[in-house]
Amino acid sequence: MQNKLKQTKMKKLVIILSLALVFGACGNKKEQKDGGTDAAKLTGNISIDGSSTVFPITEAVAEEFRAVQPNVKVTIGVSGTGGGFQKFSRGETNISNASRPIKDKEIEACAENNITYLGLEVAYDGLAVVVNPGNTWVDSFTVEELKKIWEPAAQGKIMKWNQIRPEWPNEEIHLFGPGTASGTFDYFTEAINGKSGSSRGDYTASEDDHVLVQGIAGDKYGLGFFGLAYFEESKDKLKLIGVHNGTEVVLPSLETVSNGTYSPLSRPLLIYVNSSSIKHPEVIEFVNFYLDNAAELSEDVGYIKLPVALYAKQKENFKAFVEKNK
Amino acid sequence: MTSIQKNRLKDQLFKFWGIACTLIGLVMLVIFIGGILVDGLSRIDWAFITDLPSRKAEKSGIWTPLMGSVWVLVLTAIISFPISVAAGVYLEEYAKKNRLSAMLEINISNLAGVPSIIYGLLGLEVFVRIMNLGASVLAGALTLSLLILPIIVVATREAIKAVPNSIRDASYALGASKWQTIWNQVLPASSGGILTGVILALSRAVGEAAPLIVVGALAYVPFAPRGPLDQFSVLPIQIFNWISRPQQGFIDNAAAAIIILLLITFIMNGIAVYFRNKWQKKLQ
Repeated sequence: MQNKLKQTKMKKLVIILSLALVFGACGNKKEQKDGGTDAAKLTGNISIDGSSTVFPITEAVAEEFRAVQPNVKVTIGVSGTGGGFQKFSRGETNISNASRPIKDKEIEACAENNITYLGLEVAYDGLAVVVNPGNTWVDSFTVEELKKIWEPAAQGKIMKWNQIRPEWPNEEIHLFGPGTASGTFDYFTEAINGKSGSSRGDYTASEDDHVLVQGIAGDKYGLGFFGLAYFEESKDKLKLIGVHNGTEVVLPSLETVSNGTYSPLSRPLLIYVNSSSIKHPEVIEFVNFYLDNAAELSEDVGYIKLPVALYAKQKENFKAFVEKNK
Repeated sequence: MTSIQKNRLKDQLFKFWGIACTLIGLVMLVIFIGGILVDGLSRIDWAFITDLPSRKAEKSGIWTPLMGSVWVLVLTAIISFPISVAAGVYLEEYAKKNRLSAMLEINISNLAGVPSIIYGLLGLEVFVRIMNLGASVLAGALTLSLLILPIIVVATREAIKAVPNSIRDASYALGASKWQTIWNQVLPASSGGILTGVILALSRAVGEAAPLIVVGALAYVPFAPRGPLDQFSVLPIQIFNWISRPQQGFIDNAAAAIIILLLITFIMNGIAVYFRNKWQKKLQ
């Protein structure tokens, strides 16, 4: 009896494990749909990591690139701008996505490992400052007012609307913003409070921007900020507030972000290319393809394209970079 | 009111309180699954399973993360099973009850409580960098194996404890050695409980995103892994990535991918329940 029991148990175990193996092995089919163009077929791997903000653009480019060069394997990670640069400076990646320019510390890390690189702007991202549609009193903010609301010293002190402008209602202000781990938070705090990461802590924070949209949409005294793309998706539920750029009040839009008048809450998104990767023709091809298509694809995924002249400039820079490192 | 009545009333009150508490979990689950089904069910079709990720929500599929998850799951099972079962057998059958084994026990229990992202950091340093495996399926599976090791060890020990001593005694009485007793009697008799533990632990592993992101699992991979050293993505990372997109289409995709992931865990839990029932019947 015991022996038989043992045998059936063992048999089952073997069956389960072999089933698992069979499942694992069928991961092979369907890896290539041929794009079928005339261009010379390149092969190789391109490894990209970095900002999750830039990720949608790079993903779109990789997807389109695949139709042209089906044998080049492009992989993209989302370690964040900082995490991406860490790998980039160790030479583990060919290209790094970044939602801010490379920092001094990261430049040093690259220098230590003899890694030279080129940064290329690929699109713009705007930050939207929004309130509830039921908010009739706010028409615009100055940077100073935003700073007064969000700076670390405001914690527990600036709690009511009329503390910002006396004519605004004597009602509590409810703040919503991205969590401290997000690049959007870093960017907003740097642009408004002067130092990346410095902010009051007593606001409703969420890494999920949908939560912020819901929060502000349901709270007449709410105020918050997040990426412009999220506002575009929920225009009817929120009211966009213009920000004074020093000369005039500007609402973020395709035009004002792209021509730089929506300042300081718009930022360039970048990719950094490792110079030693230039030895691989597929990387050159990919970056050129990126710059050729970034305008269309960045709009596709909700960002704002650079002016045409700026893309031409990036292409020139890249060409010179290629010549230098060949 | 007599004291008997009072006590009965208390009894009744506690009963209803207990029912209410039990229902909280159930109601939450129903709301959650209902919401997910509403958002995602219409999105699931064959193409969704077999297509590659795309920037267009309606063209996106989950082929590569799904295959990545399957690979990671299989490798994790192969790695964690022998190690943790052997550890469980040692602790239960061989280890003397002294301070060393007490310390081992406490440490294993502590390991079960370590946040998963810490395992990710460990995996990044040890497997990805020192062992130079890169951000591969194997490195991910090794990391997840560490994560579920304590769970399986504990389950194995419980299952072995539940084997009646009479079986061991009978085996020894027939002249079997300790090894023969364990291999031929104890392990078969406890295999149902062990497998239940393994499967439940694996269904936890299949839902992990954080440690794998740290290890270097990707968000966009246009190919399914072909070997243990290939790069990969997994379903939870794809879901996380889609959830953070502004467009509603991606939110629906995430819901659909969650349904697939839930399906995988439900099936695995179902298998676990099946084995447990079978095992209980056999032992009786």
